[in-house]
Amino acid sequence: MKAIRIIFKREFASYFNTPLAAVFLVIFLFMCGIFTFQLGGLFDRGQADLRPFFNFHPWLYLFLVPAVAMRLWAEERRLGTVELLMTLPVNMRDLVLGKFLAAWAFLAVALAMTFPIWLTVSYLGNPDHGVIITSYLGSLLMAGAFLAIGSALSALTKNQVIAFVLCVVVCFGMLFSGFPLVLDFFGGWLPAFAIEAIASLSFLTHYEALSKGVIDLRDVLYFALVTGVFLYINALILDWKKAA
Amino acid sequence: MSNNLKALGLRKSFGDIRAVDGVDLVVPAGQVLGFLGPNGAGKSTTMKLVTGFLEPDAGSVEICGDDLLAKPLAAKRHIGYLPEGAPAYPDMTVMEYLSFLASIRELTGATHKSALERGFSLLHLEPVAHQTIETLSKGFKRRVGLAAALLHDPPLLILDEPTDGLDPNQKHEVRMLIRELGQKKTIVLSTHILEEVEAVCDRAVIINRGRVEFDGTPQQLDAKAPADVTSNRLEWVFRDITSTDLQMQGGLK
Ligand SMILES: Nc1ncnc2c1ncn2[C@@H]1O[C@H](COP(=O)(O)OP(=O)(O)O)[C@@H](O)[C@H]1O
Ligand SMILES: [Mg+2]
Repeated sequence: MKAIRIIFKREFASYFNTPLAAVFLVIFLFMCGIFTFQLGGLFDRGQADLRPFFNFHPWLYLFLVPAVAMRLWAEERRLGTVELLMTLPVNMRDLVLGKFLAAWAFLAVALAMTFPIWLTVSYLGNPDHGVIITSYLGSLLMAGAFLAIGSALSALTKNQVIAFVLCVVVCFGMLFSGFPLVLDFFGGWLPAFAIEAIASLSFLTHYEALSKGVIDLRDVLYFALVTGVFLYINALILDWKKAA
Repeated sequence: MSNNLKALGLRKSFGDIRAVDGVDLVVPAGQVLGFLGPNGAGKSTTMKLVTGFLEPDAGSVEICGDDLLAKPLAAKRHIGYLPEGAPAYPDMTVMEYLSFLASIRELTGATHKSALERGFSLLHLEPVAHQTIETLSKGFKRRVGLAAALLHDPPLLILDEPTDGLDPNQKHEVRMLIRELGQKKTIVLSTHILEEVEAVCDRAVIINRGRVEFDGTPQQLDAKAPADVTSNRLEWVFRDITSTDLQMQGGLK
């Protein structure tokens, strides 16, 4: 546990040692603003809620989370510091978790910085704060799942660009399986329970459930499970690279 | 005398390349061993195997009595490792970096502080303590790597080309340091510079294409050269042992 904390601290600080954090935060907040107010038409809808804002999160994360995740292990490999980390008396589990939690905390900071949007709707109307809170929770959980996928994939290569592309593709798959278009396509020839199974694999299905204001344990567990599985795969990939 | 490093029958292939092909390396406490060989001989791979960065295809590694596969954390605690090229986090200051490593080595409170102080004074790092590592010269970067390997005062040091890329003064300085450390510690250092072996090592092991071709004292190595070779005798032997047959026919024979 102690090792996780030390790794976490180093990693989290490293985001703010470089201009990376500032650039990321500016882009993230800028995109949130554009999506919410311009494309989402927050003001025009005449409704005091944050639906347009949260509806865009999966698509925002599709590109921004891989940008954070790609460096997690690929950068260590490029610098050679992976050799340092893996010869320290630290468990693989602690290394993977420490790095993941730091990146997740960084995404949480980015998400937390969107609170002026919340303040704005609160000022203009009377939104359902419960719905907003569960939406934030869903968004954070979804970000974690995206990140775990990216972390695992970045352990495969020392090339960050490859890590980024792989991550976008896999994350897109995780979103895509919940797409109405895809489900309609399968709907033609698969039984209903199979369609439901495919849909239930998608981030979108569970994220939308959470952003309706109901915390269903199954949705929370789904994200926790996806995150856990990919972090486990992450450790397996690192082990496999050792033996390869 | 006990063995601080006992590696037996190490093998490691990358695809078709047999990088390490049956290497035994048994190093008793207090010995300074020079690990020699041409580029691509398998020195770095052997070091990665004994430090636990890579897993061998076959063979066993024991560090100060702890098996590296069975008890990886215990075994790794005995090792100070300087990987090839002295990798470090470029965006951290020297102080932040060494402090991070000391913490993760479970040094706390006064021990943490004194370990850092010892590292800074031993490697003369005080002037760059608050500089980020990316701004350091090669010599300083190497010294940071050595300080990192020494922080927890390990009985066994594994140093992969500690003097590579340094200027003659820096080389000399690092050699003096290794000689001093060798009074108390077991050291395995890889190099392809032969004068280094004469200067600091009790024992020389030459590997070529993943196999040990010579194992003995620098004096024994020297004795292998014929009497009529008067200068660069170690170099003559090194070439004799590691040249391919083709080169031998064209050159030395
Ligand atoms: N990760 C790797 N993948 C493929 N081949 C490798 C890898 N690491 C080393 N090799 C190969 O193994 C051989 C030994 O390399 P190395 O141990 O680095 O030699 P040395 O340190 O003695 O110069 C070389 O032929 C090298 O190309
Ligand atoms: Mg090497």
